[in-house]
Amino acid sequence: MSQRYIFLLPLVVFCIIAIYFAVGLTKDPSKLDDDVLTNQPMGDFTLIPVEGRSETLSIDDLKGKVSLVNFFGSWCVACLQEHPFFMELKESADVPLYGVDWDEKNPKDVVRWLKRHGDPYTKIGVDVSGATIIDWGITGAPETFVVDKTGTIRYKHIGPVSPASWQSTIWPLIVELRKE
Amino acid sequence: MKHFIFTLIALVMLSVSVGAVEPDEILKDAALEARARIISKDVRCVVCQNQSIDDSDSGIARKMRILVRDRITKGDTNQQVLDYLVSRYGDFVLLKPPVKAKTAALWFGPAIMLLLGLVGIIFYYRRRAKETAETTGAAPLSADEKSRLDALMKEEGSET
Repeated sequence: MSQRYIFLLPLVVFCIIAIYFAVGLTKDPSKLDDDVLTNQPMGDFTLIPVEGRSETLSIDDLKGKVSLVNFFGSWCVACLQEHPFFMELKESADVPLYGVDWDEKNPKDVVRWLKRHGDPYTKIGVDVSGATIIDWGITGAPETFVVDKTGTIRYKHIGPVSPASWQSTIWPLIVELRKE
Repeated sequence: MKHFIFTLIALVMLSVSVGAVEPDEILKDAALEARARIISKDVRCVVCQNQSIDDSDSGIARKMRILVRDRITKGDTNQQVLDYLVSRYGDFVLLKPPVKAKTAALWFGPAIMLLLGLVGIIFYYRRRAKETAETTGAAPLSADEKSRLDALMKEEGSET
């Protein structure tokens, strides 16, 4: 009886392997399975101002209002992709957008970048040592967080923020968090 | 010449692999530096998948190496440093996944598969032995049958 169906064995083996590949190869390796920072209050940080400016960025800025925190750099190509949308948001949405600039080779680079493309940020802090980006579990740029009134991360968005992801996820969440 | 060979051997023996650690990162305290190296070898570079931060020359790996050194200089134990990084990046940041409920399949899966395979083989041979016993009747040859068989075998042998 079992020998009659033995010819099906390679097909069965193939199917099993195909299922593993289908799951494994469609996973985005840059996305981490466990989002350990969501719903965690963030620790203290104080970042230095962009060269030529005086405003620093600290954890206290994030408290009291639902806000967005965007990790970017003038070296980051994908950041330019979301940049025009952030410029639009500055006009249309009443949400503070804090920028954390990191990994600049030259501190003047970000000054030039902001001059050239515009500055959509409410405030910008520069992370020179990398301590803050590691504390926020950053793996690249851009990454954008929705932070609630207590300074707790509620959502992490990896990659450029698109109008679609804004409409479907980020904005509804902000509206929700404002009610808390 | 003797001196040259001695120096050469000494150089080879004293050299240590430095991975991607850059000179300005190295701590003055050799014991702390050695600990930093041990920690770094267990920490995954989060942008390069399968390299430790000790091996990777990416910017973020460098930042993490500096952070590791900073923390142990301030008195963190090796485990505290690793725990901190796990609290920021999840278990993913460890090159060797910890044994826990979520990773049980990963750690014990292969052993279980091996065991299942062995059980399968045992059952297969048992069943086969039983089947052959059934089809052949399994009665041992009597003395008479045996001598006849021997005779037949000899006959065959002589013909060829």
